Order: sequence, then C-alpha cells, then structure tokens
Amino acid sequence: MYLFGYKLPGMSSLLVWGALWELIGRLDLTFFVPPLSKVIVTLFSIIGTPAFLSALGDTAYAFIMGVVFAVVIGVPVGIFMGKNRLLDELLLPWVNIFLSAPLTALVPVLMVLFGFGVTTIIITTTLFAIWIIILNSRAGVMQMNRSLIEMARCFGASPLEAFTKIYFWAALPEILGGIRIGVIRAVKGVIIGQLLVSIVGFGALFELYSSNFLMSHFWAVLVVLFALAFTISELLAWLERRVAFYAAKR
Amino acid sequence: MDNAVSVRNVSKSYGEVEALRNLSLDFPRGQLTSLLGPSGCGKTTLLKIIAGLIEADSGEILVDGKTVTGPGPDRSFVFQDFALLPWATVLRNVAFGLELRGVAKAEREETARRFIKDVGLAGFENSYPHELSGGMRQRVGLARALSVDADVILMDEPFSAVDEQTRRKFQEDLLSLVQNESKTFIFVTHSIEEAVYVSDQIAILLPRPSRVSEIIRPGSFRQKSVENIRRDSEYLDIVDRIWASLRSYVE
Repeated sequence: MYLFGYKLPGMSSLLVWGALWELIGRLDLTFFVPPLSKVIVTLFSIIGTPAFLSALGDTAYAFIMGVVFAVVIGVPVGIFMGKNRLLDELLLPWVNIFLSAPLTALVPVLMVLFGFGVTTIIITTTLFAIWIIILNSRAGVMQMNRSLIEMARCFGASPLEAFTKIYFWAALPEILGGIRIGVIRAVKGVIIGQLLVSIVGFGALFELYSSNFLMSHFWAVLVVLFALAFTISELLAWLERRVAFYAAKR
Repeated sequence: MDNAVSVRNVSKSYGEVEALRNLSLDFPRGQLTSLLGPSGCGKTTLLKIIAGLIEADSGEILVDGKTVTGPGPDRSFVFQDFALLPWATVLRNVAFGLELRGVAKAEREETARRFIKDVGLAGFENSYPHELSGGMRQRVGLARALSVDADVILMDEPFSAVDEQTRRKFQEDLLSLVQNESKTFIFVTHSIEEAVYVSDQIAILLPRPSRVSEIIRPGSFRQKSVENIRRDSEYLDIVDRIWASLRSYVE
C-alpha cells in the first residue's frame, strides 16, 4: 500500500491497531485491557523465566507431535482417497463430519480413553489438524492431470513409484495448503487440550494469569502465541508459493 | 510382411456404447502407420489398448508375436498433452522413463542429454516445462519416448496442441526419424493432410462402432524430398479420396 507517495512495508496497519490498543489501555476503561506498552514490558520480563520456558517446551512438544501425526497419517490417507474410489466412498462422510464437528466436545471422551496426560493433548491436536489435510490432499490428487498417471503406467512405474514420484508431487500445492490450515487449527487444538485435559504448558499459564487477574501477563502470553502461530503459517505460505509455479500447469 | 504389432479381432464397449467392434489391423515393422478418422471413431481407444493402458473386452494384441497384457518396455507413448512433470527439469523429464526402469542416474542423464540434443533442445536441459513453448514441450515428450529405446512408438495426436508452423516442422522431423530409427510408429491423427504426409500406411477408421474401412499405402512420393511431397499428384489424390470417404461422417 502507498501513503502520500511512500510505499508502506507489509503489515504497517498493525501500528495503527497497536496505537489504538495503547490508547484504550491508557484511558483505564477496564482492568481487562492494560496498555500495549505494559504488555510488552511484561512479555520481556517473563519470556526468560523457567515457568515460561517450560510452558513453551511442553506446548511445542505436544504441538509438533500432533502436527507430525496429522501430516504423516493425513497426507497418505488423502492421496489414497483421491486414487481409490472405494476408499473414498468409505471415508469421505467421516472426514466431512469430523471436519465440521465441535471437536472440543470429544476431548472428555479422549481423556477417558487415553488418560490425563500429554497423549490426550497430542491426539486432540492431531484431531484438530488432520481432516483438512486429508481433504486437501484428496482434492490435489483428484484434480491432477490424468495423462500423468497414464504416462507413469506406460513407462512401467510401480504403485509405490507412482505414489512417491507422481501423486505426491502433483498434489503438493494442495497438500501444503491443507497443512497450513491444519497447523493453524492445531494451535487451537493444543491450547484447548492443555486447558481441558491437564493444566500444563501455556494452558496452565493462561489459567494462572487470568484467575489471578494478571492481565498484562495474560496478554503477553497470548501475543507470543499469536506471533508463533502467525510465523508458522507465513512460513508454510512461503513454501506454498515456491511450488505454486506449477500448480496451474498440471 | 513382417509385422511389429498385430491387432486381432479387438472389441471394446463402454457400457452401452460400442467403441470398437471386431477390429483387426497389422502394423509393418519399421514403418509409420496412421490411424485416421473423425472424432469419436475410437482411434485413441485403439492406441491405448495397444499401449496396454485399456483392456480390450475381447480379441488380442500381439507385439513381436507376444500377447499384450499391459504396458511394457517394448512400447512407449507420446501424449497429446505432453504429460510432462511440471516440477521436473527437461533433463529429468526426458530421463524419467529410464528412471522408472531403474537405470543409474549418470547413465540415464547421459542418454537423456543425447536425445535432448537430437530433438533440438540442447541448452534447455535445466529449463522447466512451463518455460517452454508447446512445440518444445512436445519435443521433450518425444525425447522421453525415444530414450527408453522401445521398438514401437505410440503417438496420440502429438502435434494437435502446437501451432501450424511448428507442426509442419514436426512432420518433417518425424519423416527423418522414421527413416533413421528402425522403429515402428503408430500415429493417431484427425488431420488428413498430416496422415498422408507422414505415413507409410494409413488406416481409415469409421465410427460407431469403429472398424477399419480402408487401408491406403502411399507409394511414389515417399522417396521424394520433404519440400516436394505436398505438390505430388498422388499425395493430392489420396487427400481428396480420404476426404470423400470421410465427409459424410462430419456433421
């Protein structure tokens, strides 16, 4: 965007919103919104503390494991659904149901099945992320150029080679799009899991700060979390753009 | 005559629609045979049955006397829409057939480089398909089909997606290719001029259900130089004759 002839760097609008936040905080309208400057000061004061680092570690572990499972299971399942009509008919209704289901309501059931520990948090994270990854991988395979499949058969590709050398790459732009949205959903999954299952990680910090009315601490952790989620999402969007050059030409 | 490929009593239906009925046809070794006919006459279906991509309902295909049960290394295919991997360079695309056959990287890239040069794409080894024109992309497809060294090259309307000038150049190149490589070419086209120009034998297919209505073997102008073929009286006669027999099938 240009303003008075100058090109503004990306996301300059955040400055406006930041200023608005600061203003509302300074007006002392509600204890719930401390000024942004105070939040940032708090952020730097807690960012090195053991409590914060261990919360970050716990959350990162559950998040990464959850996303890894969602990708490792979701991508092949999606590709096979796109390839195989029978499998598609069998699984598609379930994928669509789970995609739109209020998964939070399932967490208590998971707790009964998998206990009150990190396992349940990881499974919750996976459940939040996996469905859109499956659907996108499936869509990627279904719209791929049929003659690539014939080409692979003609030149004698084994099913495994067809999978790793054709289907995966042909569907890659859609797969990455699915993973990006899945990762954003996984952030929700991991926090909801931590809040509901056992009070650990960032979930515990949120609980601690909000019940003690430490609002600037609360916001500081939230800002960190938003920034992390946004960074991961942008990183994947960048990857997506790198393969997008062939998305239109399959 | 020595036939590289024989089609024996092949029938194929898609549900109610009968695509091919009891079709038999021989393809002489080392020559180019065109399958020519109006759209919907099943010529591409026949080509894909020969390739082993589609299974016939009855009848059989013999390649070198052996019955075809699926795709095999004795046949390679040039696709109408090129079927290149958009994420791979020209070099990898041309070498892809050899890659699938498990040929070592250095060896297959050496072979690929040779064929890239042969089809006139030297210098484009590291380009991606989207950086090439339609004609150049089809040269990549052709180089890939040649590099696996199959006896039979199946071509499904290979020049239909390239512009007219490129197409003429392709046709000339194809003639010298047939002469220099001792391979059997099966060529599907809907262009009468193209079929007469490049073929040693033309099989005219008529639709619904598809059968061979006529086989034409152009004689005298095959030996002429490429510039003189289109002025040859036999060439013009054959074009007229084929059009006369096909015109009633064009709505």
